[in-house]
Amino acid sequence: MWHRSASFILDKNQNDTVYPADSVTLTPPPPSSISTPQNPNPNLNRNMSMSAYYQTRAAHHGVVTSDWLAQSQEAATRAVATGGQEIVDGGKSGRAFSVIDEFNNWRKQPDLAEAVAAIRALAAVIRNSEAKTMMELEIELKKASDSLKSWDTTSISLTAGCDLFMRYVTRTSALEYEDFNSARSRLIERAEKFGEISYKARKIIAMLSQDFIFDGCTILVHGFSRVVMEVLKMAAQNKKLFRVLCTEGRPDRSGLRLANELAKLDVPVKLLIDSAVAYTMDEVDMVFVGADGVVESGGIINMMGTYQIALVAHSMNKPVYVAAESYKFARLYPLDQKDMGPALRPIDFGVPIPSKVEVETSARDYTPPQYLTLLFTDLGVLTPSVVSDELIQLYL
Amino acid sequence: MDARRVSQVVPKVRQVGFVTHSDPNPPPQASRAQSVPIESNSGTPSDSPDFSPVMIPPPRHHSENLSHLRSAAVAVPESSSRRPMWDDRVAVVGSYNPGNSLLGQPVSPNSSEVNSEASTTLGWFGRNSSGKFSAGSSFPGGGFDLTTVKMENFTQLEGKKPEAVPERGGGAAVEVHNEVSSSTAKAKTTKAERRAMQEAQRAAKAATKGKGGGGGVEVNNRESSSNTLKAKTTKAERRETQEAQRAAKAAGKAQGNKPVAAAGGAGPGNILRQPSQNRDDPAVGSTIAGSDRRGGDRPPERERKKDVPPPRMQFDDQGRVNKSKKRAVFNQPEAKNRVELFRHLPQYEHGSQLTDLESKFLELDSMHPAVYKVGVQYLAGDVTGGNARCIAMLRAFQEVINDYSTPPGKTLVRDLTAKISSYVSFLIECRPLSMSMGNAIRFQKSRIAKLPLTLSETEAKAALCNDIDRFINEKIILADKVIVRHAATKVRDGDVLLTYGSSCVVEMILLYAHELGKQFRVVVVDSRPKHEGQALLRRLLAKGLSCTYTHINAVSYIMHEVTRVFLGASSVLSNGTTYSRVGTACVAMVAHAFRVPVLICCEAYKFHERVQLDSICSNELGMLVLVLVR
Repeated sequence: MWHRSASFILDKNQNDTVYPADSVTLTPPPPSSISTPQNPNPNLNRNMSMSAYYQTRAAHHGVVTSDWLAQSQEAATRAVATGGQEIVDGGKSGRAFSVIDEFNNWRKQPDLAEAVAAIRALAAVIRNSEAKTMMELEIELKKASDSLKSWDTTSISLTAGCDLFMRYVTRTSALEYEDFNSARSRLIERAEKFGEISYKARKIIAMLSQDFIFDGCTILVHGFSRVVMEVLKMAAQNKKLFRVLCTEGRPDRSGLRLANELAKLDVPVKLLIDSAVAYTMDEVDMVFVGADGVVESGGIINMMGTYQIALVAHSMNKPVYVAAESYKFARLYPLDQKDMGPALRPIDFGVPIPSKVEVETSARDYTPPQYLTLLFTDLGVLTPSVVSDELIQLYL
Repeated sequence: MDARRVSQVVPKVRQVGFVTHSDPNPPPQASRAQSVPIESNSGTPSDSPDFSPVMIPPPRHHSENLSHLRSAAVAVPESSSRRPMWDDRVAVVGSYNPGNSLLGQPVSPNSSEVNSEASTTLGWFGRNSSGKFSAGSSFPGGGFDLTTVKMENFTQLEGKKPEAVPERGGGAAVEVHNEVSSSTAKAKTTKAERRAMQEAQRAAKAATKGKGGGGGVEVNNRESSSNTLKAKTTKAERRETQEAQRAAKAAGKAQGNKPVAAAGGAGPGNILRQPSQNRDDPAVGSTIAGSDRRGGDRPPERERKKDVPPPRMQFDDQGRVNKSKKRAVFNQPEAKNRVELFRHLPQYEHGSQLTDLESKFLELDSMHPAVYKVGVQYLAGDVTGGNARCIAMLRAFQEVINDYSTPPGKTLVRDLTAKISSYVSFLIECRPLSMSMGNAIRFQKSRIAKLPLTLSETEAKAALCNDIDRFINEKIILADKVIVRHAATKVRDGDVLLTYGSSCVVEMILLYAHELGKQFRVVVVDSRPKHEGQALLRRLLAKGLSCTYTHINAVSYIMHEVTRVFLGASSVLSNGTTYSRVGTACVAMVAHAFRVPVLICCEAYKFHERVQLDSICSNELGMLVLVLVR
């Protein structure tokens, strides 16, 4: 699948201003003292009312909810407490390597997606492995990816990224004929390459989608997606004239942040409340959304509200474009909205809610493929049905 | 000389790679070369008085229908006198049998009607066939390979080792099919071409009879078709081709029956290619593509062709039906009230065969008792359901192989394959094969063919039995387990699951989900005449599931409360359509209208590379009595 990644588009017009890639690729940041191998994700276990995935996002995006603040404080004290345990545990063979540490270190970089952090961490597993046989290495890798996946079961891209990494790295026929060391170096090479591709993905997508943004268009954006941001940023840099309508993105107000960022780029932005989508749809030329995950049907799982926006856009014949990196392609096939593990997120209504009233706290919904026009991925611009083809090709 | 003129008259550069005659009218020089005046379209479909209005709708098999209409319109007087066995009616309908059309007859070339016919039809059919050939020749294995690859992929999804070989093939059967028919479609051309075609068809026939040299069929047909594409040759050239073919034929005959097909394919193909390429208009894409391919990957193609099953028998083809009757183990009474729409399907009166077969038990010395037993079970309806029938057949074959000993002077590979083929045709007589059985048989035969020659007989037998065991375990039992586990994740608490008829894998899913402690309700939808759902209902109730039972008439009434529909399938075809118990489509469509997700549960070994647009073109007919009598 990645053999024909559209990364050539980057090679053609190299634009190094945004990401100095070298500084990030090979040297992991120094390991931090906060590492808890016993309980890798304390927040996850203690408070099930909020999906870990959205916690990470909140941390990255700087959207601070009161809940989150309290939790992170708790987590910090807890982490210090468990920090001592780690030394006892790790003292066996000097410094034991832990994927979660590695993952957490990578994760600190604000622009690095969770899945890419996981991919990097898994590459580090191969590098630091002391395995003597291929089988051993594979088992080790499997364990590492399982522990990463269990770190946050609600994150689709993390799970998908780990799965895809395993597929891409270990499924190479070249391994059969080589001795272990060269095979291992080959694996490392592939892992690095995969990390590199994943890392560049956002840039590639931005390049690919430039053709679709024309002068004078109005783009409706829902939620804060770093890919969509990158797309719009590049369009602005290319001196395209366009207008962006941002939904508010309740409950975490991610739309506000996007509007903020776009205003910095001098892009005309208008904020809408989430319920004003149908009202404004007639002046919209295209809808741009990101995705938490792209599923086998070609549909996407994204922040709550995407489905209804897609429905409105579909009924008004407006194109819906999805920007998603290919490491978000997941092996899921939701049959309906409730067919996925729920990712919950507390909602702050501002007023006390009586205890008898139930609150729907799901953070995301599933948009079926028939409402999507195109998906911009680092593999190219795909129709939803091609996504299933790609997934089938990769996994079978 | 002639070729040069063609290229002058048709100077366009259009024929690169894909040959598509864009003009529906034939090039005028085609008839001029024959020195026959162009006449009006004498053989239009309306001329045929015998064509029954109830047939498979013409647009679907455009070229075929037209072609036999035309051939019938002209052919009736001659062929009926020469071949009394076929009445004109049959000539109308015989769509696939090459010998059935006029082509089998050497018609005198000065029959002006025939030639004008050729000139009028040629352009049209030329376009048609070239479309087909470009599909066949410039993509080796075209779309079919794609689907087979995908199928292998799916197989892996089920967590089994993909058996690449048995699933290959198949698609090519359709190819051959098409090509044979397309060459028939061209109806009449010059004498040499008719000759060539005749040759090709003879080879094709031979190849379908025994699997000896499948590869030859295609080559030959392509050769002849490229000849037709060129529209005409000079007399000398015609003579030359004829000569070459005659030589090839003689050579082929000398080598006995099976080699005939191979030689008929390779021999004339090779001999012919030289001259034909020399005088070929270089722009004629299909010939070039074809010959290129022939030069390039010849062996893989032959390999591929070997696994190809013969084209399906069309039961409106009297000649074939008679032939198969001669071979039949017991006589099957044909239905008296045959439905015109289903004429191409086997329509037999059920009921009397069983006694007939039982009475012949002692006469059937060639039949292995295990196979006989399975056949009787099929006939009596004791073994039904794709998996059960397939397993029963494979177990019978296991016994056959265990009891087998190679007769002196024969090789195990050849003899056993022939034996299995004869058993299979017996089983087909008892009941038409399901797709799953077809795939299993193909697997079985390819395993036999791939046996290393070094193995001793006992070793070979053990290996084959082992293969069958593995097939049953991996492709059926394990696949079911995977499906059940996968499907159970889609069952939530509070669901209402609907199922239709009685599918064993759906039953397993329901029971497994129940074992997992999921709280759900089942709606069993059933239909006449078999009422298979009642047995399912009893079994589910015995396990303590809460069930609702209804007939298919009420499916739209019940559907609004259903959250998932689980259906079994006899086969999943390569365009994603499902082949299953009659009524399944109805349930699925109602579910779709109610926006209820429909889940088809089907093991990957039942996938088939065929594409079917409706349920009429290929189906199994049930018993009339059961539909009528309560």
